[in-house]
This record gives sequence, structure tokens and C-alpha cells, in this order.
Amino acid sequence: MINKLKTLNATTLRWLKISVFILALIPLARLIIAAYYDSLGANPIEKITHRTGYWTLAFLLITLSITPLRRLTGWSWLARFRRMIGLFSFFYASLHFLTYLVLDQFFDWANISKDIIKRPYITVGFAAFVLLIPLAITSTNRMTKWLGGKRWRLLHRLIYPIAIGGVLHFWWLVKKDITEPLNFTLLLSILFTIRLVYWWRGIVKS
Amino acid sequence: MTVYKLPPIYSSEITPRDLFHDRRRFMQLAAGASLTALLPQNAFAGEPLAGVTKSTDRLIDELTPLKDITSYNNFYEFGTGKEDPAKNAGSLKTRPWTITVEGEANKPKVFDIEELLKLAPLEERIYRLRCVEAWSMVIPWVGYSLAALLKQVEPTGNAKFVEFISLHDPEQMQGQKSPTLNWPYKEGLRIDEAMHPLTLLAVGLYGEVLPNQNGAPIRIVVPWKYGFKSAKSIVKIRLVEKMPMSSWMEANSNEYGFYSNVNPDVDHARWSQAKERRIGEFLKRPTLPFNGYSEQVASLYSGMDLTKNF
Repeated sequence: MINKLKTLNATTLRWLKISVFILALIPLARLIIAAYYDSLGANPIEKITHRTGYWTLAFLLITLSITPLRRLTGWSWLARFRRMIGLFSFFYASLHFLTYLVLDQFFDWANISKDIIKRPYITVGFAAFVLLIPLAITSTNRMTKWLGGKRWRLLHRLIYPIAIGGVLHFWWLVKKDITEPLNFTLLLSILFTIRLVYWWRGIVKS
Repeated sequence: MTVYKLPPIYSSEITPRDLFHDRRRFMQLAAGASLTALLPQNAFAGEPLAGVTKSTDRLIDELTPLKDITSYNNFYEFGTGKEDPAKNAGSLKTRPWTITVEGEANKPKVFDIEELLKLAPLEERIYRLRCVEAWSMVIPWVGYSLAALLKQVEPTGNAKFVEFISLHDPEQMQGQKSPTLNWPYKEGLRIDEAMHPLTLLAVGLYGEVLPNQNGAPIRIVVPWKYGFKSAKSIVKIRLVEKMPMSSWMEANSNEYGFYSNVNPDVDHARWSQAKERRIGEFLKRPTLPFNGYSEQVASLYSGMDLTKNF
């Protein structure tokens, strides 16, 4: 089974890409539908903030799991999904930030700057979001070529501190129930461990 | 019989006259009152409570809709999600129920819930509720001053503090199967805070029996403190000499102090308390010192450093 899926023809790949694209829009669609039917609960702004934040981290971790999965299964076509899913993480991060900026703070710049300086969870979350921007900008084929593979890869290693920052942001804002940030942390540790193992094996071999 | 006169609530929003007089609710209440006079006492959320003196205040904030009050709760005994209590509190059995009042008292006593419901005339009290998470509501509670209950047991001179203990039964309260907090939930007040006429022993809201997710069958409401100070589903009240530890102090004493008075100038360790989002409103509003009850309670803390005694 695993070997059978090592290569995909172009049509299958295209349909798979379209499907993943649509799937990735479901969290947003659910929010819009809930908003339309007024079923976001008593504190809709809080719910929108939490959901978009949750999906930012979820897509970030999916992005980070593509390379290990590709290596473990040998399905090289998986790499073709990395950019799209990474951009979806940026998309939900942007919605998350806009929710904070517009709905939560309503452009209260004085308070926002105070938040960013004084509140560690906002400091680290904001920093992670800012660091995502160059990665999104340099995600196109043209930009990759312009940067050159080596520099591009170096720049895109920013995803590691971004992921750590994103998970920390979640830890630091939770009042008491740490279940969800703990799950994200465990997943992230597994992904980092796999990378370390491959990296170590690379050193040993060479 | 004297009914405690509520202090005015200053606000830009004044409930319209016709809404305030709300004929339909009055009729329902009156009908419910005459019915419940004939029937044995019942205890279902949504059942009207008999003989409630309606609040006569004109200057009131707009009430938070019942739907929001009963679907957005912090009641970790039923789960940590805001919607969990409404989903899971159905398993709580509110009858039979007793509250043991013990400790530094001349006449300690176990009170049955039916007795508590008749201990003093039930009044409607419209209070602001400010959560430590920076959101707020306006809730028409039904109950009477906690002082009425405490006076019955005659606290001794050694009774400097009051400890409240909530029900501990993981079978009824599924959230207690996780060690989110040290169960049972414990809270405490200084004796003068507990005896203050604003401190309410609540058995209902919106003229009806208290819904389970809001702390049925009986809870405390301390309107000038963050919401978690108002213990829910109480089974024991202890009069003590030393300051008791609360569950939240045990969880994180850097973030949750014994007093926990609403104070826009003292931030939570991780977020600002300067503003709050009133449920149902878009823009945040400034938080008021002592949640707007300064005139009534600020004197309790004169000379105290409220930054240290947060």
C-alpha cells in the first residue's frame, strides 16, 4: 500500500490539492455559518479569536509534519502540499490577528502597543505572526528562485521558532486547563524529535 | 420587613420603562406564585420562585439575556469550556440539599434547603458580575443577604473569616474527575465582607429557580469581587479565625489573591483589568473600582494597600 502511493499522476494530484484546499477552508466556513445563525455563543469575539488561533497552530503543525511523513513513507508528492498548508496557517494567523486588532481592541493602538510590550503571551504571539510574514512572501516559485535554494531554506527554518512561539502563546494565555496547549506541545516535540533523528543519522553517515 | 435598598447603578443604558415594568413576566410571576402556594416546593430551573420582591431601581444597566447567563459559565466542576456547564450540569441533584454552618458559632446548625428558601424574604438584586477574564454581565439574582443566615448561628468573637465549601461529588460533577483545581471548591471572605448587606445568598435569577449551571441550589454572590469569589453549589459554611485558602489561591497565589476585589488599576499577572467586555456589547468599557460599588464597600478596605492585597 505504502509503496503503491509513492507516485501520483498529475490528475490525482490536482484533485487532491483542490480537496485539501476546500478542507482547509472548513474552519472558516463553520465560523461564518455560526456567525450567520448567531450561534457563536455569548462571547462571539472570544470564540472567533480562539478558533482562528487554534487552526493557525493546527495548520502550522500539519506543515511541519509533511517532511517527516514524506521521509517515513517515501511519498515524495506530499512535499507539493507543504506550501499550501503553510499559507493556510498564515491565513488563519492573519484572521486571528485581525480579530484581535479590529473586533477585540477596535484599533486601540495605545492599548495594543502596551499589550505587545507588557503581556508576554501577546509579545510572543505577535512576534511569531510577524516572522510568518517573510515566509509567506517568499513562498512563491519566483521568490524561491530569486533567493536561491540555500538561502530560502535557511530563511524558512524560521518556522521552528515560530512554532515554539505559537505554542508558548497558547500556554501563557490559558487560565487553568492546559489540555490543548499540552497536546500541541507533545505533537511539536514528536515532530522535532523525528527531525533530530534524521539530522543525527545524516551526521553519522557523512 | 425591611428590604435592603439597592445602590443605584450608574450607566449610560437605562432599561426602558415598558421593559422594566414587563407586564408579561409580572403576570407569569403572579400566576406562578399562586400556583406554588398550593403545590409542594419544587426545584427545577425555570420554575418561578414565589414571593420575590422585585427590584425597584430605575437606574440600572441593561440586563444580560437569560440565554447568555445560562450558556456562558465558568463552573469547572462541569468542565472548563464556557459551554460545558450548560451541557453537563443536568446531572447535579439539588434535592435533598443541606448547608452545614459550623465553626466559631454559638449555634452551629445544618440547614435544609427548604428552610433556607424561607429564612428571609426573597429579593431581586440586579448586580454586575465581573469575571477575572475581563468580561461582565448584569444579572437579576434572587436571594437575601448572607448576613441573615450567619446571624442565625451567632458567630463568636473569634469568627474573623468565613469559608465556603462547594459540593464534591465527581459522580454528579464530572469535571471533578480531572484535577483542574483542588476539589472541593473553596472560597472565603473576611467576616465584615460576608456580613455586608450587598453579599447575597442567591437561590434564583430572573425570578426563577437557579439553573444548575449557575450554582444551584444555593450560592454566594459578592458583586464587588471577581466572579470566582462567589462560590457555587455550597454545602458548608465555616466560621474561622484564620484566613482560609481558596482553591484558586492554591492553584496560583501569584495570580489569584484572597481579596480579588475588582480593580482596574491592578492587573492580573498576565492581562490587563482596565477594561471589560460586557456580554452583548461590541466595544469594551472601562472597569470600575470595586465593580462600581465603591460607595458601599470601599470603606471596608481603608488604609489597605490594594496592590499588595489583591
